[in-house]
Amino acid sequence: MNIVVPIKQVPETSNVKMDPEKGTMIRAGVESVINPLDLYAIESALRLREEHGGVVTAITMGPPPAATALRQAIAMGCDEGILVSDRKFGGADTWATSYTLAEAIRKLGAETGSERGAVDLVIAGERATDGDTAQVGPGIAAWLDLPLATYVAHITDVADGTMTVERLVEEGYQILSIPFPALITVVKESAAPRLPTLSGKKRSISQEIPVFSTENMDLDAASLGLKGSPTKVVKIATPKVTRGGELVTAGTEDEVVSAVDRLMAFLEEKDLV
Amino acid sequence: MSFVWTIAEQYEGRLRGVSFELLSRGRALADELGTKLASVVIGDGVPDDALQELIQRGADEVYSIQDPRLADFVSESYSRILSGLIRTYQPSIILAAATSSGRTLMPSVAIAVHAGLTADCTELSIEEGTGNLLQTRPAIGGNIMATIKTPDHRPQMATVRPKSSRPLPRDDHRTGRIIAVPVEDDMIDTRVVVRGYRRDDAEFENIEEADVIVAGGKGMKRGENFAMLRTMADSLDGVVGASRDAVDRGWIAYPHQVGLSGKTVSPRLYIAAGISGSIQHLAGIKTAETIVSVNTDPDAAIHKVADFGIVGDLFEVLPELQKRLDAKAKETH
Ligand SMILES: Cc1cc2nc3c(=O)[nH]c(=O)nc-3n(C[C@H](O)[C@H](O)[C@H](O)COP(=O)(O)OP(=O)(O)OC[C@H]3O[C@@H](n4cnc5c(N)ncnc54)[C@H](O)[C@@H]3O)c2cc1C
Ligand SMILES: Nc1ncnc2c1ncn2[C@@H]1O[C@H](COP(=O)(O)O)[C@@H](O)[C@H]1O
Repeated sequence: MNIVVPIKQVPETSNVKMDPEKGTMIRAGVESVINPLDLYAIESALRLREEHGGVVTAITMGPPPAATALRQAIAMGCDEGILVSDRKFGGADTWATSYTLAEAIRKLGAETGSERGAVDLVIAGERATDGDTAQVGPGIAAWLDLPLATYVAHITDVADGTMTVERLVEEGYQILSIPFPALITVVKESAAPRLPTLSGKKRSISQEIPVFSTENMDLDAASLGLKGSPTKVVKIATPKVTRGGELVTAGTEDEVVSAVDRLMAFLEEKDLV
Repeated sequence: MSFVWTIAEQYEGRLRGVSFELLSRGRALADELGTKLASVVIGDGVPDDALQELIQRGADEVYSIQDPRLADFVSESYSRILSGLIRTYQPSIILAAATSSGRTLMPSVAIAVHAGLTADCTELSIEEGTGNLLQTRPAIGGNIMATIKTPDHRPQMATVRPKSSRPLPRDDHRTGRIIAVPVEDDMIDTRVVVRGYRRDDAEFENIEEADVIVAGGKGMKRGENFAMLRTMADSLDGVVGASRDAVDRGWIAYPHQVGLSGKTVSPRLYIAAGISGSIQHLAGIKTAETIVSVNTDPDAAIHKVADFGIVGDLFEVLPELQKRLDAKAKETH
C-alpha cells in the first residue's frame, strides 16, 4: 500500500505560557514540532504498512526548515519525506495550500521508476494546531477527486480495495466503506503515536529529502501563495485570557457551605440553574 | 440577486438545532445588505412543517433537496449538489455549521466553486463601504482572534461554531417559498457507502452542542467518581466532559474529551472539577459563556479563566452543590 501523510510544522504549544497581564502568548524560545494531531496520521499509516506492506511518504509544504519535521517523521518510521517549498508558495490559505499539496501528491504518484507507484491512501491530521481550520485534508481530496472520510477514529477493516472506517460524528460513530484510492483524516482516538527509534533517527539524518517547487512541478501560477488565496487576513487581535471572575476559598466545612451559597446565587442570577 | 444562504443540517429527517442558529446569523447579514435569506436542506424525509420552521425562524426561501440516497451525509454527493446550486443561483454569502459534516463539506465546495472559506467563525459582520463579509475566528488554540475577508471571490463562505449564536424565536406569521430541487443521478456519488452508526457507549453524547458541561480531570482520582459528574449533568440537563488526562487514564471515553486534541465547546455553563487548566484544555473552552472552576490549588490556571472559582476540594464542594440542585428540583415540582 502506498500511503502519503501530509504533515505540518507548527509552533510547539505545550510549553507556551500566556502573559497574564497582556493576555498574549509568550513565544520566545518556542520550538517547531510536527503538528501533534498529525502524529496520529503518521501512526495510522505505519500500522497499515506493517499489516499490508508498502511505503509511507511524509510530505510537508513550508519553508526549508520544515524539512526537520520530515526527518522527525522518518525517525518515527516513515520511508520517505518530500518537502514542498518555494517562495511563491508563501502566504497560502487553505485553498492554495490544498491545491499545491494535491499537485505534489499527484506528482509523487506519477513518478515512474520508483517502487511507490500510484498513491492508494492519503492520511491527514484532523486539523493543524496553529491555523486550526481542518480544511486542508478535505481540500486535497476535492482537488484529487478522492473519496473522503474525515474524523476517522477507527480503521476496522482493509480488504479487496476497500476500507471500513468509523467516523466520530455528533450522533456517534458513522461506519463507512470507502474504496482506494481515498483520503481520510484521523482523530486522536485512532492510534497512540510511537516514539522515534534510534535507528530511525540515524536514518533520518542521512536520508535525502527531495524538494518539490515551481521548478519541477507543473502549477497554475495564479493559484499559488498569497496571491492565489481567496481569503485575506484583515486583522489579528489578542483577546484577554483572564476573565477576572470571583474566587472564593472553601477550606473549612462552613466555607464550603457559604462558597456553594454564593455559587448558587451567581448561577441563579445568570439564569443557569 | 446577492443572496445570503445558510446550510441546514438534518439527521434522520429531523433538522438539527444548529440550522436555526445559522438562520439568526444569516438574517442579520441579509437585513444589513438588504437582500434575501435562503436556507438549503439536503437530506431525506424532512417534513414540510420542518421546512416551514426554517421560514418561521428567518428564511425567505428554502431549497429542499431530498432523496433516499441523501439520507446520510456523504461529502461527495452533498458537495456536488451544493456546488451545482451555487453555480445556478450565485449567492453572495454562505454560512454552514462548523460540525463534522459542515467542516467536511464546505472545503470541498470551496475548491469546486473557487471560493474562499473561513473555518469555525464566532463573529460575522459586514464591512462598511465594501459590503464584504468580515469573518472573525479564534486561532492558535483561541489565543488570537483573526478577522478574514474574501474580497475578490464569490460566494464568501464560512463555517460557524455551534452555540455561538441563538436561534430567532418562531414567528408563525412569516411566509416564504419552498423550492424543491430535483435530484439527478449524476449528483450521487456511489463510492462511499454508509453502513450505519455505532453508539455502544451508552453515554455517548455530543458535547459540542451542549448548553451545560460538567467536566472532570485528574483531580477526580478514579473513574468511578465520574458518576458524581453524571448526576450533576443530569440535574442541569447537561453532559459530561473531561480533560485529556482523565480520558487517557480510561476514566471516560474519548468523545468526551475537551481541548486541543479533543472537542472545542461553547456551552452556556462549563463546570471544571479537578482540572488544572493547561493551555491545551483551555483551547477547547475559550468560547464558553460562563466557566466555574473547583480546584484545591489557588494558583491553578483554570481559576484565572473562571467567572466563578472555588478553591476547595471537589469531593466536598460538588456533593454540597448537588444537594442544592436536588433541593431546587424538588421546589419546582
Ligand atoms: C499535543 C497535546 C494535546 C493535548 N490535548 C489536550 C486536550 O485536548 N485536552 C486536555 O484536557 N488536555 C490536553 N493535553 C494535555 C494537557 O497538557 C494537560 O496534561 C491536561 O489537560 C491535564 O489534565 P488535568 O487538568 O485533568 O490534570 P492535572 O494538570 O494533573 O490537574 C489536576 C488538577 O486537579 C486538582 N485537584 C486534585 N485533587 C483535587 C480535589 N480533591 N479537588 C479539587 N481539585 C483537585 C489539582 O490541583 C490539579 O490542578 C494535550 C497535551 C498535548 C501535548
Ligand atoms: N503546509 C502543510 N503541509 C502539509 N500538510 C498540511 C499543511 N497544512 C495542513 N496540512 C495537513 O492538513 C491537515 C489540516 O490542516 P489545517 O487545515 O491547516 O487545519 C493537517 O493536519 C495536515 O495533515
